[in-house]
Amino acid sequence: MCGETPLIGLPRLSPSEDVRIWAKLEDRNPTGSVKDRAALYMIKAAEAEGILRPGATILEPTSGNTGIALAMVAKIHGYRLVCVMPENVSTERIQLLRMYGAEIIFSPAAGGSNQAVATAKQIATEHPDWVMLYQYGNEANARAHYETTGPELLRDLPTLTHFVAGLGTTGTLMGTGRYLREKNPDVSIIAAEPRYGELVYGLRNIDEGYVPELYDASVLTRRFSVGTRDAVLRTRQLVDVEGLFVGFSTGAVFHAALAVAHEAVRDGRKADVAFLVADAGWKYLSTGAYTGTLADAETSLEGQLWA
Amino acid sequence: MAIDVRIPTILRSYTGGSKAVSGTGDTLADLLTNLDGAHPGLRGRLVTPEGGLHRFVNIYVNDEDVRFLGSLEAKLNDGDTVTILPAVAGGALGFAAAHALRG
Repeated sequence: MCGETPLIGLPRLSPSEDVRIWAKLEDRNPTGSVKDRAALYMIKAAEAEGILRPGATILEPTSGNTGIALAMVAKIHGYRLVCVMPENVSTERIQLLRMYGAEIIFSPAAGGSNQAVATAKQIATEHPDWVMLYQYGNEANARAHYETTGPELLRDLPTLTHFVAGLGTTGTLMGTGRYLREKNPDVSIIAAEPRYGELVYGLRNIDEGYVPELYDASVLTRRFSVGTRDAVLRTRQLVDVEGLFVGFSTGAVFHAALAVAHEAVRDGRKADVAFLVADAGWKYLSTGAYTGTLADAETSLEGQLWA
Repeated sequence: MAIDVRIPTILRSYTGGSKAVSGTGDTLADLLTNLDGAHPGLRGRLVTPEGGLHRFVNIYVNDEDVRFLGSLEAKLNDGDTVTILPAVAGGALGFAAAHALRG
């Protein structure tokens, strides 16, 4: 039920017959995102290690796709899931989580990420028996992609030259990248990371930065930072030209895919560039950023974690 | 040769509050040395005493991470845009919370 997603060609957006762009549709997973792969692998690994026992409670401090995926797998496997998130996240996410049976503890929006951290810490102290799967350092997250996403890509597109995906937990790029590199040392593994508005970075001190434990820069060939405006522009282009309705993080990924594709054209090289569609746009409709002017869309996403 | 440099909020105390400053240099190392003249202390927040890029700083030349372009030896051209950002890969909020939970 999880994985085995379609890889489709995008002829209208490919720069030439020799340089083709392909999309791996991870929105076709059970809860609608690439995170289903990691959630399933992390829960199965924790079961195998005896960390998760029947009736256990899983604690996940995020409102994103991982929470939704974990909620679904937890429901099927008989675990309780508690999500900690700020109270200003979109109503779609809250409804999806509750639909899959997750419990939600809100941290006050006014406190921002510092408050969410404080709330999560307090809850963990009160419930030492709750299990956190910690996707940023959980090797099962990357292994899911090493064992499934990578082999699917190469099977469907043996001529693949570039793989492009978003950089979050880094699990998708680390797992898929290692597999593809093993099979073809010349393959390019390209990361696209969202560059948020200043509000997101604002209070963070340089010395308090985070690099996920899973991250290994040697797996990557190049890494791009994509701003909100480019992400929105490319998201709309995918709908307009190919009818592909994706989330904004995928717009950022497509922006990087186009950059490497056009470089290949300029250098006269053949290329098959596959990029990963992490999720569809449904959960982000309430941002209003799919219609109206680009400037308005940029403003509506300013300060939000759109990827 | 002018290069546009975007400064994150947390480092604007070194640039008199400016969001962007201008500098020159053939490489990133040259640029940072040049910037430190007009904005003393800025370079020290980006480069470690051992001479490497600070682990929790990401620097981009025209949106590409310099660590994949030769790091401090990355070549610069007139009209390039250099962006400095704190490293918060991943959903910043989720990761901060998860990291804190781990203790």
